[in-house]
Amino acid sequence: MSETPVVIEQHGHAPFLQHHFHTAEQQADASKIGMWLFLVTEVLLFGGLFVGFAVMQSMHPEAFFAAHHHLDRTLGLINTLVLLVSSYTMVMAVDSARRGKQRALMIYLLLTLMFAAVFLGIKYIEYSHKFHEGLLPGKYYSHAGDTVPGQFMFFSFYFMMTGLHGIHIVLGMAAITWLCFRARRGDFSPAYYTPVDMVGLYWHLVDIIWIYLFPLLYLIQ
Amino acid sequence: MRDWLRSILLPAEGTSYAGSVDSLFFFLFYMGVFFFLLIAGLLTYFLIRYRRRGPDDRTPYIVKNHKLEVVWTLIPLSLVIFIFFWGFHTYMDAAVSPGDAMEIRVTARKWVWEFEYPNGIRSLNELHVPLNKPVKLLMTSEDVIHSFYVPTFRIKQDVLPNTYTQLWFTAKEPGMHRLFCAEYCGTSHSDMLGRIFVDDEKTYNEWLETGGDEGKDMPLAEFGAMLFKSRGCNTCHTIDGTRGEGPSFRGVFGSQVKLQDGSTVLADENYIRESILRPQAKIVAGYQPIMPTFEGMLREREINALVEFIKAQR
Amino acid sequence: MADVMALKPGVGGQAAPNYLTASRGLKSWLFTLDHKRIGVMYLASVLAAFLIGGVFAMLIRMELLTPGPTLMSAEAYNKAFTLHGVVMIFLFIIPSIPAALGNFALPLMLGAKDVAFPRLNLASYWLYLAGALMGVVAMVSGGIDTGWTFYTPYSSSTGGAVSLMTLAAFVLGFSSIFTGINFIATIHKLRAPGMTWFRMPLFAWSMYATAIIQILATPVIGITLLLLVMERVFNVGIFDPKLGGDPVLFQHFFWFYSHPAVYIMILPGMAVISEVIPCFSKKPIFGYKAVAYSSVAIALVSFLVWGHHMYVSGQTPVASAIFSFLTFLVAIPSAVKVFNWLATMYRGSISFQAPMLYAIAFLLLFAIGGLTGIVLGTLSVDVHLHDTYFVVAHFHYVMMGGTVIAFLAGLHYWWPKMFGRMYSEKWARISAALVFVGFNLTFFAQFLVGSRGMPRRYYNYLEEFQPLHIVSTVGSWVLAAGFFLMAGYLYASLRKPIDAPANPWGATGLEWQTSSPPSVHNFDHVPVVTTEAYAYATETEETTVGAR
Repeated sequence: MSETPVVIEQHGHAPFLQHHFHTAEQQADASKIGMWLFLVTEVLLFGGLFVGFAVMQSMHPEAFFAAHHHLDRTLGLINTLVLLVSSYTMVMAVDSARRGKQRALMIYLLLTLMFAAVFLGIKYIEYSHKFHEGLLPGKYYSHAGDTVPGQFMFFSFYFMMTGLHGIHIVLGMAAITWLCFRARRGDFSPAYYTPVDMVGLYWHLVDIIWIYLFPLLYLIQ
Repeated sequence: MRDWLRSILLPAEGTSYAGSVDSLFFFLFYMGVFFFLLIAGLLTYFLIRYRRRGPDDRTPYIVKNHKLEVVWTLIPLSLVIFIFFWGFHTYMDAAVSPGDAMEIRVTARKWVWEFEYPNGIRSLNELHVPLNKPVKLLMTSEDVIHSFYVPTFRIKQDVLPNTYTQLWFTAKEPGMHRLFCAEYCGTSHSDMLGRIFVDDEKTYNEWLETGGDEGKDMPLAEFGAMLFKSRGCNTCHTIDGTRGEGPSFRGVFGSQVKLQDGSTVLADENYIRESILRPQAKIVAGYQPIMPTFEGMLREREINALVEFIKAQR
Repeated sequence: MADVMALKPGVGGQAAPNYLTASRGLKSWLFTLDHKRIGVMYLASVLAAFLIGGVFAMLIRMELLTPGPTLMSAEAYNKAFTLHGVVMIFLFIIPSIPAALGNFALPLMLGAKDVAFPRLNLASYWLYLAGALMGVVAMVSGGIDTGWTFYTPYSSSTGGAVSLMTLAAFVLGFSSIFTGINFIATIHKLRAPGMTWFRMPLFAWSMYATAIIQILATPVIGITLLLLVMERVFNVGIFDPKLGGDPVLFQHFFWFYSHPAVYIMILPGMAVISEVIPCFSKKPIFGYKAVAYSSVAIALVSFLVWGHHMYVSGQTPVASAIFSFLTFLVAIPSAVKVFNWLATMYRGSISFQAPMLYAIAFLLLFAIGGLTGIVLGTLSVDVHLHDTYFVVAHFHYVMMGGTVIAFLAGLHYWWPKMFGRMYSEKWARISAALVFVGFNLTFFAQFLVGSRGMPRRYYNYLEEFQPLHIVSTVGSWVLAAGFFLMAGYLYASLRKPIDAPANPWGATGLEWQTSSPPSVHNFDHVPVVTTEAYAYATETEETTVGAR
């Protein structure tokens, strides 16, 4: 952090500058700090599930290995690619906002939204397949013909982890929709696009979590 | 001095291990008293010596002294490192059991302790051990987490479901020692108590032979009253008519008991016997099927005594 | 003290509207973005929670007056101690100093107009309200009897409103996280011109350390409690030994948060003491950097000591040894703080107003709490003391003798700033004496009950422990009398017209440079900082106490 005193600029109040900040830069920096801290809490929230998964997998390696065969690797891989592409479009949206390209911003936001919807669609196909086969968490597990017992535990984690991730995707879609409305209203400019930047960071985190979830759940060795 | 302090601060020492824990405890105690008096003494002195005398008081600019900071960091640091190694040393004594220890199995469940001895004898809430011989407990729980705690031995170990944990001790004080459940386990947690009887070799062996034929000279009902307490029936059943986890024994004998499935049954001797040995067979309406089975855990005379005792609760 | 107040006669802002009078009506409060109002709402809420938790505490003490049933059944007792713990921890102590006093004071102390994210701040308060509401619903719809530690498999198998209560704690966790995020961003970005990191009041350093823990530890308890709810609803198996899970894993998860969480509770207490002692000794703090860095050290090491709650849980002896060693290390920064506070008083000009009385009480009680912590950190001794009343007594010496007493110090210190009224100093002293005596009666007896071998969470106990329990219960009545007295004179002060000067204590912090109560925007002009914190005496000139 810089130790120099903040220069108080008395330029006319920009509409986006909140009263308790002196400069737009100060406001943007504060938002970035806040967002990064929030992302840290998200990592730790998922971290608990990852640790739980690791411990249970080490206790029941055969069951976890047997259970993961029920997952469709192709669909998982497609979804990974879809999210990666959506991260790219999100980067482009932030870049467009920074350059003041309103139309491109809108297009990239809508593209991101679309890829997110595709992800959820594929997830829906996967989920309904699991429901159909009785591959459900905990006491609702009713898959017939298992040779290795205890596979319900894997699906407990599969649904908790992908479910929590799915909720994050939905929240991200809501945030992107909100950005679309604000972008249409012309709120963003090269001087102020912090919300786009912040939602972008969030979206990358959601993407990264999936990058970890995919091999963890689909590619057990 | 130490004995006097111990009588205030700690329970009696039932093992020589307890003595080594207490040595450390007293070191910590004296150290704590020293530091508390140091802090409180300095504080009191400053408060009196430097109390405000008026608005003309001047205070000096004293804001740092690196030597002092180093000193009051390093002294406590070396002290606690010393304490750590001492504590670790005694802890390892308790963690590693001697190879020749006699093994007793402990099963904990809400809210009784069951012990099984090498010769197959079982006892409830009463552990008999020989004097001056190492005893190892191999423990597991049937439901939630419990904790096996004997204050006079200074030992404690959580008892987990689906896992074995162990403890060992060599009792050196004959007589009765108290056993507590130290991990909260529900309604009757504070009644999940047991007694440990430390006897000389001969008395212990006699007890093992006869399977602890206690109360053999007692009338049945009186023996039953004793078992009612020692076997932990009283954690769930009352004899004064108030409702516990299980039905009260008052007036139950000879009455028509309403069961969970809507039917009624006459509470005769056979019903009571069955309810003790296979409690899940007939569940009284309005109660949960939580009573553990006592099949194989009571000898014939003990069952008779309990039936007699319940019969007497009119 | 009359002479101090006479120095600066009434400069309270009766004429200009202050933050309390600027707007009226319930809506102007519930939707306010003003950190001061949010702080006041938090204050009212945590005090209400303290009352509820206190009622449970009194019921527990009444029940323990005699062995066996005294006034309630074992089930009711188990619910009472659980609710006492849950309410006091999640609804009172954790938000008490940071969210109530800190929210009010921190931006003022930094010379800022508000916290970095006012809307997030309000969201934090609403989440608190929502969590509290869920907690109350859980209380009346069956209650819970798991203990505030929610250990599995008991908590996953018992009846009652466990799921709702854990969800409430989950929501409250996010409220706490939001406060933490806000404070870190505020401290980084909203310090007044000239306020470098090492010119900040130590309160801000401690809040920063607290916020680090709130952010890094709270999500873990969040996911843990969610897993517990999943266990109850779906039997997912992770904590259930019957399904192949590991109940001890829950304890690891739980203490990974809950041990750092006790530092979420005590660091803010230390923060207040670091303000009060220099002010009422009229001397700069001794060892500023040592106190500041020790807060951060506590925050970091606190993450590595959770296993000291589990020496007898069946974890390996090696793990226990490592945790024991680290536990001792975390004790050192606390000791360093105490010595620095003492050194601050050396050659000071000490006055005995209510905040200082509480700070003195803090030093004595926290010393006992800390030293008994060393006893509990020692492996073999802890095996005997674990889960006995000794732990209960230690915990209350640190949390109540430490944090709650410090909270009271802060409350009395900033009360004139918050509400513009001086309370009765005489009654405040009597109340402080009652609280101090009552507290020691209540909890010192519990050290003895515990070291003699009485386990905690016991409804029924051996008769040999009764005399000490009687002392403890009588102590709780004295304690309660002290609190009722306090409620009385604080309420009475609010009925008076505004009479507090801007700086009743002659303190140096920026919060004392604005009117009492402050205006909506805190400062008329952005303050510029040119000196170190606590410039009660400076290197170049010796000024008299009265000149300030």
